[in-house]
Amino acid sequence: MATTTARPRRIGEGRRFLSAPALVYLIVMTQVPFALTIYFSFTNWNLLRPGSAGFLGFDAMFRNYQRILANPDFWQVLANTIVLTGSVVVLTFVFGMAFALLLNRPFPGRTLARTLLISPFLMMPVASAVVWKYLLLDPAFGLSAWVSRTLGLPAVYVVERAPLASIIGIVSWQWTPFVMLILLAGLQSLPEDVIEAARLDGAGPLGLFRYVTLPHLRRFIEIALLLEIIFVLNVFGQIFVITSGGPGIQTTNLPYQIFLEAFSRWNIGRASAYGLFAIVLANLVVILFLQVVRRARQEEAR
Amino acid sequence: MSRKRLGTLTWTAGTLLVAFTMFFPILWMVLTSLKTENDAIAFPPKWFFTPTLENWRIAVLNGPILEFMGNTVWITLGSTLLALALGFPAAYAMAYYRTKRTDGSMLWMMSTRMLPPAGVIVPLFILFRDLSLLDTHLGLILLFAGMNLPLVVWMLTGFMEDVPLALIEAARLDGATLWQEFTRVLLPLLLPGLAATALLALIFTWNEFFFAANLTTRAASPLSVYVSTFKAAEGDLFVAKMSAAATAAVVPVLIAGWLAQRQLVTGLTMGAVK
Repeated sequence: MATTTARPRRIGEGRRFLSAPALVYLIVMTQVPFALTIYFSFTNWNLLRPGSAGFLGFDAMFRNYQRILANPDFWQVLANTIVLTGSVVVLTFVFGMAFALLLNRPFPGRTLARTLLISPFLMMPVASAVVWKYLLLDPAFGLSAWVSRTLGLPAVYVVERAPLASIIGIVSWQWTPFVMLILLAGLQSLPEDVIEAARLDGAGPLGLFRYVTLPHLRRFIEIALLLEIIFVLNVFGQIFVITSGGPGIQTTNLPYQIFLEAFSRWNIGRASAYGLFAIVLANLVVILFLQVVRRARQEEAR
Repeated sequence: MSRKRLGTLTWTAGTLLVAFTMFFPILWMVLTSLKTENDAIAFPPKWFFTPTLENWRIAVLNGPILEFMGNTVWITLGSTLLALALGFPAAYAMAYYRTKRTDGSMLWMMSTRMLPPAGVIVPLFILFRDLSLLDTHLGLILLFAGMNLPLVVWMLTGFMEDVPLALIEAARLDGATLWQEFTRVLLPLLLPGLAATALLALIFTWNEFFFAANLTTRAASPLSVYVSTFKAAEGDLFVAKMSAAATAAVVPVLIAGWLAQRQLVTGLTMGAVK
């Protein structure tokens, strides 16, 4: 870290507290709901049953958690969440890396290609869901029907045939640019002379990638994938529009389950307990992420 | 033509083709919005057609979308301004009055951005209900300001660290107050940075759906909630108008993203990648 002695410290030492309003604001906005989630998860509160807002009592306080853990649906939902997130991470990494490598050379039209490639990420998730569902994948007049007909294949409604895979595909389309952008930043920060030196030592393109590029990219890969996991764990809009979590619970992930529990069953207690699972899951990833960031800063400072 | 040049040319063509393919769904949406409803559902799909602005006239200029867009604009502007108002002094303290705890505070702020919305939606709904914030602009403004605050503080701190200290020292020697330091010295210098920060906040706020869907019903619902109600089933002649409305909903963010391309990576990774 930079030394602090060069900073103008003589005037207004009290000004360091100017960060207090922002910090207090964030504490109120995040920690109060967090604490309430924990408290609600120990109640049997259901908005459909007036007067049910009661604490479950110390002997039965974990009842919501016990019910959840004993429910096979929960494990299916958890599996869906992990399969969805994991598949998206793998797909976007492969494509994101390929696209980043393609963009990491000067060529005419590079800015255009880059602009086109980042666009899916900027699309409102519910809008891209609508476009994919009704314009591209519709079995009657969607583009996919025409493509499969032209290729002589039977027209299938992919969303119906493979609902989770469809969601995975659409979310991957949106998140590939994110991984690509970060990896591209990584590639561009690789000094030219390092590549030159490796070439002079006789490294071929594959060796160069394996022994020079990849190790340099490690930090960027970690950051991209961890951040992506944190955000893809929260995918909601695409599921809401495309499958509504169905058929059955085949495409219900944790956020969608919480949404159902809270806003169609109005079970505040149960939904809060589910919420805590989501928070714990995300926190495991966040802790990893913060470690990576800290290490990256130390490396930078060296 | 040498083999090497041919190779380069192939790679370039391939890259452009890949980029075009990724962009195609968006292009298809725009094209469909310019077709008549009959052309839009024609089979095989029509690649060449006489463009019409009829869908835009009906679904955008005269549709309910304008109300939702108004809501989105209010919510986006309000939350961005609030985040900037809270974030600007915080960034000042973090850039110029570093303490042992500054790094820790910053990391903690970043970590709040990663709290899963679904994990806190229940208490937020209850709080909003009890404070009469459900389905109000103010509710979403307060919430989204909190969502964007870590990003704003982080980015502004970075920009402030780049301001030459001599400028601030000089202003202080002239007896500038804190307010004058903000408005006369820092603000003009930071305008491009503020613009970039605001663009990023706009992208996140504009596209947000989860909180909006669960905390509003109609009066304060933003565009994302409106778009999520689109169904082709509403008389199968709806596809082209749907595309027009969807295009109108995404274009501002596409433009903001294209403009902020350079800051996008820093903003998205919360400064972990520069």
